Amino acid sequence: MFLKHKSMNLFRYVSLAILVASVSACTGGETSNNGNSSSSGADSDLSGKITIDGSSTVLLISEAMAEEFQAENKGVQVTVGKSGTGGGFKKFCAGQTEISDASRPIKKKEIDLCAQNNVEYIEVPVAFDALSVVVNKENDWAQCMKVDELKTIWEKGAQGKINKWNQVNPKFPDAPLTLLGPGTDSGTFDYFNEAITDEEGSRGDFATSEDDNTIVRGVAGDKNAMGYFGYAYYEENKGTLKAVEIDGGDGCVAPSDTTVLDGTYAPLARPLFIYISKKAIERPEVKAFVEYYMDAENKELVGDVGYFPLPDEVYTKALARVQEGKTGTVFPEGKTVGVKLTDVL
Amino acid sequence: MTLSSNPRDLSDLQGDANSQFKPNLRSRYRLDRAFELLTWLATLISLIVLVTLLFDVIGDGAGSLNWDFLTSPPSRRAARAGLWPALVGTVWLLGITAVVAFPIGVGSGIFLEEFAPDNWFTRLIEINVGNLAAVPSIVYGLLGLTVFVDILRPITGGTSVLAGGLTLALLILPIIIVSTREALRAVPSSLRQGGFALGATRWQVIRDLVFAQSLPGILTGTILALSRAIGETAPILVVGAAGYIAFTPPLSLEGLQSDFTALPIQIYVWISRAKKDFEPIAAGGIVVLLVVLLLMNTSAILLRNKFQNKKL
Repeated sequence: MFLKHKSMNLFRYVSLAILVASVSACTGGETSNNGNSSSSGADSDLSGKITIDGSSTVLLISEAMAEEFQAENKGVQVTVGKSGTGGGFKKFCAGQTEISDASRPIKKKEIDLCAQNNVEYIEVPVAFDALSVVVNKENDWAQCMKVDELKTIWEKGAQGKINKWNQVNPKFPDAPLTLLGPGTDSGTFDYFNEAITDEEGSRGDFATSEDDNTIVRGVAGDKNAMGYFGYAYYEENKGTLKAVEIDGGDGCVAPSDTTVLDGTYAPLARPLFIYISKKAIERPEVKAFVEYYMDAENKELVGDVGYFPLPDEVYTKALARVQEGKTGTVFPEGKTVGVKLTDVL
Repeated sequence: MTLSSNPRDLSDLQGDANSQFKPNLRSRYRLDRAFELLTWLATLISLIVLVTLLFDVIGDGAGSLNWDFLTSPPSRRAARAGLWPALVGTVWLLGITAVVAFPIGVGSGIFLEEFAPDNWFTRLIEINVGNLAAVPSIVYGLLGLTVFVDILRPITGGTSVLAGGLTLALLILPIIIVSTREALRAVPSSLRQGGFALGATRWQVIRDLVFAQSLPGILTGTILALSRAIGETAPILVVGAAGYIAFTPPLSLEGLQSDFTALPIQIYVWISRAKKDFEPIAAGGIVVLLVVLLLMNTSAILLRNKFQNKKL
């Protein structure tokens, strides 16, 4: 009896411990959550959930928009994922997300996938990004490079063959060429190849990283290294890196506000997009969010996170597309290199 | 045994010229000391690595630790960013994981150790459980994506905190099963036989004798397994933890279907940002994660001590 009594106690302790643990875990969430929502009086009567996923480049803009939008509309819950442009479209075309972030236009096979699932979409540009080709601070030879030279370095045919700087241009030193770039699933990789290597495709023998800060560190630590990523990362690391000026045929152009917006930083200035599901835009909270996103007054948020806002005219045209509910892409070829947004919208 | 444990007697022997036994004590002691030094060195190296890491992280992150950091949602401005949704998400994940994995894991452990007959089928299960414990976590993530996010979408609500918790529960199940079995095996069989001799049924013996005895071990194993789950990034990233989320799951059944994020994901998102001022914030996140981990391990030790003292 004594034995049994004791172990019964034991049992009670265990179940109590588990209970307490789970309850305390839950109440921790509850009290504070309640506190959060009750303390914040809703400024608008919009409510609902908006799921965004896709490009990690556009994530920064969507996140800033979501933060400010939610401050004004407490009832709306926005989540932003970073599955990459391709991964985002996969979810978007399966009807799992309302908005897809994209650092390139939708591709043919993604258009087909969306059509298969009856997902109609509205495409709007939200900002410009300038892909920056960067080299080490001590690199004193690659001040300016022609698009052809970049092609020589990055194209598929260069794989295993172009390993030294002087193979690119005889004026460059006889030094090894170390290459770093973003992962092959990223829109940045896609755009760079569309603009530079074109049909040929990219070489595969360079170090890739999904985290652009890794590329920053790699290039900053090796005199002979070269890499590329979005402008935001260059701007933040101007002290340790040097951006190569790009010669697209009309002389050397460095990436900057002016050169990106007037179209002279070609072909590496790219538009960034969001794709909105036609079905979702009928919901008032989604519509309000997209209108907030396209409001020219909020374009400073774009600059805040390191990208270039579009001209007001483009925002107006894009907003008109949203209001008309105009579906489909204006880039049937999936290419944006050399396309002027104001013309196609 | 007596020779080595009482070296003073040995040195008396040394003087005995007739003895064939040459203890050569000096070199023996030297060897002894050398080995001791080596083990010290081994301990020291791991300690130095750990302490450097801790100092580095705390040095970077201490400045960003304050109440607002713990209770605010993330923000594009590092100065305003907090990890409240991630912290709550982690607690949710842990709760779901524990509630699912503990009964199933301990139950299977007890079954395999105490009830299952020894035949090819149970041996097959044993081998598989052992193998599963070594499968990389990303594989569980992919499994969770297919099973919990896609197939069971009506129940889990897609990329929800429930799907994440269930995936983590799968991940640590093998660890809990193995540690439960180890704990059960450590109970002397004389105890079982004694129980049977007194006329107790199998269920009574297991419930009152074996389980009670092995409980400290089982709890330790479970909490260590949960500590592993809390640090996992890959599987919940695959299952769909959000990169940016400013709200926490509401405390209700629907809350289970809510979107979520967790501390490791939030740290990863911050580290990969372009802006340098997110680095100290990320370090602060790591410190918070370490503290949560430390709290869990402490509770494991406290629980174990408590139940050990209560031994029969």
